[in-house]
Amino acid sequence: MPGIVYFSSVSENTRRFVDRLELPAARIPLRPVDAPLHVKNPYVLFTPTYGGGDGQGAVPKQVIRFLNDEHNRSLIRGVVAAGNTNFGSAYCLAGSIVARKCKVPHLYNFELLGTAEDVTRVREGLGQLWLQQ
Amino acid sequence: MSEKLKLVSRVSAINWNRIQDEKDVEVWNRLVNNFWLPEKVPLSNDIQSWHTLTEAEQLMTTRVFTGLTMLDTIQGTVGAVSLIPDALTPHEEAVYTNIAFMESVHAKSYSSIFSTLISTQEIDEAFRWSEENENLQRKAEIVLNYYRGDDPLKRKVASTMLESFLFYSGFYAPMYWSSRAKLTNTADLIRLIIRDEAVHGYYIGYKYQKGLEQETPERRQEMKDYTFELLFELYDNEEDYTEALYDPLGLTEDVKAFLRYNANKALMNLGYEGMFPKEATAVNPAILSSLSPNADENHDFFSGSGSSYVIGKAVNTEDEDWDF
Repeated sequence: MPGIVYFSSVSENTRRFVDRLELPAARIPLRPVDAPLHVKNPYVLFTPTYGGGDGQGAVPKQVIRFLNDEHNRSLIRGVVAAGNTNFGSAYCLAGSIVARKCKVPHLYNFELLGTAEDVTRVREGLGQLWLQQ
Repeated sequence: MSEKLKLVSRVSAINWNRIQDEKDVEVWNRLVNNFWLPEKVPLSNDIQSWHTLTEAEQLMTTRVFTGLTMLDTIQGTVGAVSLIPDALTPHEEAVYTNIAFMESVHAKSYSSIFSTLISTQEIDEAFRWSEENENLQRKAEIVLNYYRGDDPLKRKVASTMLESFLFYSGFYAPMYWSSRAKLTNTADLIRLIIRDEAVHGYYIGYKYQKGLEQETPERRQEMKDYTFELLFELYDNEEDYTEALYDPLGLTEDVKAFLRYNANKALMNLGYEGMFPKEATAVNPAILSSLSPNADENHDFFSGSGSSYVIGKAVNTEDEDWDF
């Protein structure tokens, strides 16, 4: 059963978006002392974008750590990014970076908690994506 | 003013090696990395462009900037400072001092724009306008009342509204000019402010949510109702303010969509879902693109339209710990 892997900081913005999808999802742990997440099935990654306008540190460290595991990386099928248009050209930059590094499609961007339309769109889109796999 | 000065009741030496909330460090670092000064932006390159604007366009733009100066002054001297006594951690207090200073930098940067583009007399007239404009004064008054009040959570709501919503009737103007390839250096400066305000709104909204976690369900409901009422009150006033500024140029409706879009984002920063429906928040793509050049790129892979296998462009990352 394919699924969702997500990272969300203590602000919980990305988690709240993922919750609204009502699909099975695994969370990348927040702290280095937590046991790392190992996935067994293909998944779409949901990640917030960090940092300012210069693109430094856009991908959360925890996500990098998760993707540095080769097995985890082999199962990624796409990435959905969260961000804020206030960050200009760095808007949802984490999605572009992961897409490029992992050679998977950058599926969708949403702002902060996302809108009801974003939730519907991503739910439908993921359904289609898994049918094609 | 005869109010009693409210200060933190007890100060301990701040220990950055013992952190209660990682968000404090993360946001501090982000703010420090984002630090800038108006002197770094070559505003004088906009002088020629400024003279291509009509008198009405110049007037609107000048007034917009005095309005923004007003809000940044409030946030720098009262708003961010008023949050310090209720901070949950010493590091949160430190972050507010950073925010307060940066707001003063923002307020000062409008003066840099003014001194570059217009005469002393015009500057004085614009400031007089800001003192006399009812809607601008009204929004200052609404927010200041909460800053002076005794409810720490309401203060955070008002502060997030200011950071994430009230600025945008003003921010529209430089984004509009930038979309027409005018005043582009001024727009670069404003984008730096917009970036800072996003971090401020996010952080204060986050601290509001942390505070809310410790409250009863009744009190949480009260705060939610209060937040939406305040937003409506401010939005009503923003509509009038927007009409006063933009009616002469026929831009009002376009600005209002931008206001509603940002009102929703202010609510999201406070942990609530947006209030205005999609149709009401459709920001003019030219404005959105001026704000965030890649926001209008096709990142809806699901739609299947166009070359939707979107792979990011070349970007710098911290490759040392990204080792595959």
